[in-house]
Parts: sequence; structure tokens; C-alpha cells
Amino acid sequence: MALLELRNVTRRFGDFTAVDCVNLSIEAGELFTLLGPSGCGKTTLLRMIAGFDVPDSGQILLDGKDIANTPPEKRPIHTVFQSYALFPHMTVADNVAFPLKMSGKAPDEIKKRVEQALAEVQLSRFAHRFPHELSGGQKQRVAFARGLINRPRLLLMDEPLGALDAKLREDMQRELINLQKEVGITFVFVTHSQDEALALSQRIAVMNQGRVEQIGEPSVIYGQPANRFIADFIGKINLMEAQVTQVSGQDMTLEADKLGTTTLPLKQGVNVGDKGVIAIRPEQISVHAPDKQAELPHAHSGKVLDFLYVGDVTTYIVELDCGIHMEALLANSAPGRARFFEVGDPVIVSWTREAAQFLLN
Amino acid sequence: MKRSNLTLWLAASLVYIFLYIPLIIVVVYSFNDSRLNAEWVGFTLDWYYKLFQNEEMLLAARNSLIIAVSASLLATTLGTMAGLAIHRFRLKFLPVLAFTPVAMPEILLGVSLLLFFLQVLNLTLGMFSIIIAHATFCIGFVAIIVRARLQGMDESIFEAARDLGATPWQTFRLITLPLILPAVVAGALMSFTLSIDDFVITFFTKGVGEPILPIQIYTMIKIAVTPEVNAISTLLMLLTLVLIILANRLDAGMLQGDKKS
Repeated sequence: MALLELRNVTRRFGDFTAVDCVNLSIEAGELFTLLGPSGCGKTTLLRMIAGFDVPDSGQILLDGKDIANTPPEKRPIHTVFQSYALFPHMTVADNVAFPLKMSGKAPDEIKKRVEQALAEVQLSRFAHRFPHELSGGQKQRVAFARGLINRPRLLLMDEPLGALDAKLREDMQRELINLQKEVGITFVFVTHSQDEALALSQRIAVMNQGRVEQIGEPSVIYGQPANRFIADFIGKINLMEAQVTQVSGQDMTLEADKLGTTTLPLKQGVNVGDKGVIAIRPEQISVHAPDKQAELPHAHSGKVLDFLYVGDVTTYIVELDCGIHMEALLANSAPGRARFFEVGDPVIVSWTREAAQFLLN
Repeated sequence: MKRSNLTLWLAASLVYIFLYIPLIIVVVYSFNDSRLNAEWVGFTLDWYYKLFQNEEMLLAARNSLIIAVSASLLATTLGTMAGLAIHRFRLKFLPVLAFTPVAMPEILLGVSLLLFFLQVLNLTLGMFSIIIAHATFCIGFVAIIVRARLQGMDESIFEAARDLGATPWQTFRLITLPLILPAVVAGALMSFTLSIDDFVITFFTKGVGEPILPIQIYTMIKIAVTPEVNAISTLLMLLTLVLIILANRLDAGMLQGDKKS
């Protein structure tokens, strides 16, 4: 049995459907992420799991028991808020002790477990400080320690790393994953940041307009997006409008607006006449000097319009002869070759059959 | 730049002088060794001594204190609840309902309370009716102060408490109340100062019988402004001043205060 299961959960605010018939199941010990743009309903869903909001219909099952109407204090589910929500009038130690006090643990045990919890997040020295005397990263760790100390079945995290700067965020991501391995508690993240979702999760549910669009491992979500929205939302991708003109054996023939005719491996459920996009990730596109055209599959000539050098990689924007702009990502790993092409250089771009995907609209 | 600064200072000084000269005169004459508020004769504490011999005045002061303490306790309790409700439920009519008595002309409030007590409740006017009347106009002040404090706070703190296992009552007792306490105390002090020197509403709701301080002072000056009145006024001023300063400091925000401790 799944640890947490959502069945047809729906929540409306007036005419607006914030969460639309969501079905999800989260296994014990998982790192699960609800990912989506702001307003997609992920926060509303989180609030219903935590108990701050009640679904209009549907069930929220924890260990098979419906908890949709159980008040938050009766759920073995704790939340780490985006703002951390530390109690400003309590010291770090009192903040961390709060869940234990509420569950009526003995003072001796509380003292021991608080010391242990603070040691685990390297905050023992700060036990008697107040929240406003801590840095963002320290507050974050206090919030984790407080959320985990009473060993909830589920720890919810709302944009857990949103308020931290980039360098600190990477450190915290690793810390979080290690922490989760140690404590073995199921983590559910809510974020609009695809980087965070890809880095932190074992599975991701991508949400849009109140619905779950796809659930899968990060590599599946990134590599085989279920539709155009997901492809566009997660990472960068080149999209070209196209229509299926022929289906035969293992192949399907597509007619793309400017690109012309392309043949791709047949995708299940695709019929002649279907409209969609051909999607190719920038790192799947190779860029060559113009003398090699003959041997390359799916080759198109064009010229370099612009490039963006960011150290480890360079993104080239290539204008194909047919007028389409494509982004290609080249690693700068070859020594002494920070840049392969200059603006205006004629080039050939190509991709393999497997790199291009056809996504229905 | 410099010049406009000077003008500003001058204008401000004039305003403050205009505001405080009458008060200063009262204080000065309360120590004047003469029956007449005309010229300075010499320093004396006689008037304060006489004041404390005046049974009627002492009784009035005692009554006023009882009323002020009771009314401010009542107003603080109800006003805090109103402030919390206004903040939590965000209903448009709630703030209007709580704050109207604050803006209402006192004379109107006095008349309507008098009618309400006599016609509707059939109450004998006295200390009790004054307490209710004072609490009525103080509730709004407390609600405004408490609500202002709540508005500056991160809402998720209260949700975090529930989330981590606190019942609604525990959340109030352990999180909400300690955080709004400075505003609650400030509201209580404010109510006390409003109640102790209120004349108009007291006048309408006191009935006959118990002497009340502001009314008593008014009765005394019907004949002449005696130095005794100056003395009681000075004491009342001092009390009010201390409470206002205290309320101000508390309401200035506990978070900054916390940092120092």
C-alpha cells in the first residue's frame, strides 16, 4: 500500500478550479516533487495534504485511512514552510522542541532529542539564539530539524530552497538528500524550479492548471516529456510545429512548417493528420563546419546568429536556411577551444532520429 | 536648505508651544502659594496636601480608578478578540463595526448609551453602566492596535504551530498571544487613559450617586478654578503621560525589543 494516496482530489475557489481531480500515490521513503508554474495548484494540494485546506471532493489516504477532514495537528505530517515560519519569540532549541512538547514527551527526552537534532544539523552552538539572529541557511536547517524531530510519516516542503542564494542552494540540496537517506522519512517537495525538482527527486509530478500532466523519474520527465507543456516547462527545447502525413511500419512521416519532411520512429497512438511539435533538446543537436553535410542524418544548413558563452558550455543560436531558429548546446570540454564558431559562420546542424520526439498538442 | 530647516523648526516649536503652554500653566499654578491663578507668589505643596484631605475627591478618584481598570480589562479582552477576528476572517463589515465607536462623536455615543441602558436594559445607572459605556468605545482602539500588529506578521507561523501538533487553543496560548502581547498591553494602557479622564460619556451614563473624577473636577471649577483643581489635573496628567509613553514603547514593536534582550 502506498504511504499517501490522493484519489480524485478536487478543490475549487468560486469559479476557479485550483486542483482538478488529482490522483497520486507516494511510496514510503520516497523523495517526491510536485512541480509546476505558479498558480498550477501545487501549493493548494500541499495545503490539503498538510490539513490547512479541505478538498471539495476526493480522498486523501494516509496508510489507507482517509485524513481529508483530520485537523493538521492530528496528522503525522509536518511542513517546512517557504518562509521557514520559525517562532520569533522562541530560541532555536525551543523551536525544535515544540513538536515534542505538543506530543507530550517527557522533559528529559525532549532535552536529549533536541540536542541530538541540533547536532545533526550542526547548530548546537546556536541553541540559545533567536531566529532573527540566524542566517538564511541556518534558519533553513532549524526548520528541517523542527520538522523532522517528531519523526512524521511525511515531511512536506514548500519551495524549501527558494530563499537561498545559488551556491548555498546546491549545498543544501546535497544535505537534504543525505538527510533523507539517514532519517528515511518520506519527503514531498513543492517547487516551481525545474532544476530543484530534477536534482532532488526520485519522482516528479508535473502540474499545470490544477491537473497532473505527468508522473515519472526526473530522467523520464526530461527525456520523454508527455506533452508540449512539459517539454517547454522543463529545461530548454527546440519546438517545431508539424503534422503527421504518413504512418508506415516502424516509421511516421511528418510535415513540418518550414523544415520540410522528416521521418521519425513511430510513436504509439499517433495517427495520420495529428498535429503537434517536433521537440529536440539543445544538447542533442550537433553543430558542424559546412563541409560534412553528406554523412550527417537530419542535417540542415544555416548560420550562427548569436551565442552565449557561460564557461562550461556555449549555447549557439543558429538560423537555418529555411528561417527556423534553433538552439544548440556545445560543451567546452576540448582544451583551448572555448568557442567553436563565430557569429555569421556558416554551419550544419544535425540530430539523430532518436533525439527528435513528436509531441501531440 | 538650512533656512527652510530653520523655518520648519520654528513652525514645529510654535505648534508644540501652543499645545503645551496651557498644560504647563496648570502644572506651575498647582505649586503656587496663592488662591488666585493670577501671579506667581511662591512655591508650596499645600494644594496637594488639601487635595488628599478632600474625602469627596478621594472617593471620586477611587471610583474612577475602579472604572478605568474594569473597563480597560473588559475592552482589552473583547478588543483583542475583535482584532483577531478582523484579521482572520477578513470580512469587510467587521472592521467598520468595531471601529465606528472610535470615530463616533462622544456626545452621540453618550446619548445612545443612556437611552440603551434606560429604555432597553432598564438598568440603574451607576458604576456598572459607566464601565460598560467606557468599554464600548475602548474596544475599537484595542482592536485597531492588535490588528495592526497581526498585519505585520507571517501568517505561516500560526499554521506551523498547528502543523507541528498544537491545538487551536495551544496555538493561541503559546504562539499568538505572546506575539501580540505588546499590542494587547498597549491597548489596555490606552483604554485606561481614555477611561480615566472621559467626561462626556461618563456624564451621560453616571446617573446620580457615586462621584467620578472628571465630573468632580468639573463641579469644582463651576465656582472658580482653584489651585486644588490644578493639583488634581497635574496628577491626572502625570498618570496619563506615563501610560501613553509606556503604551507607545510597547507598541513600537517587540521584535526590535527582543533583539536587545
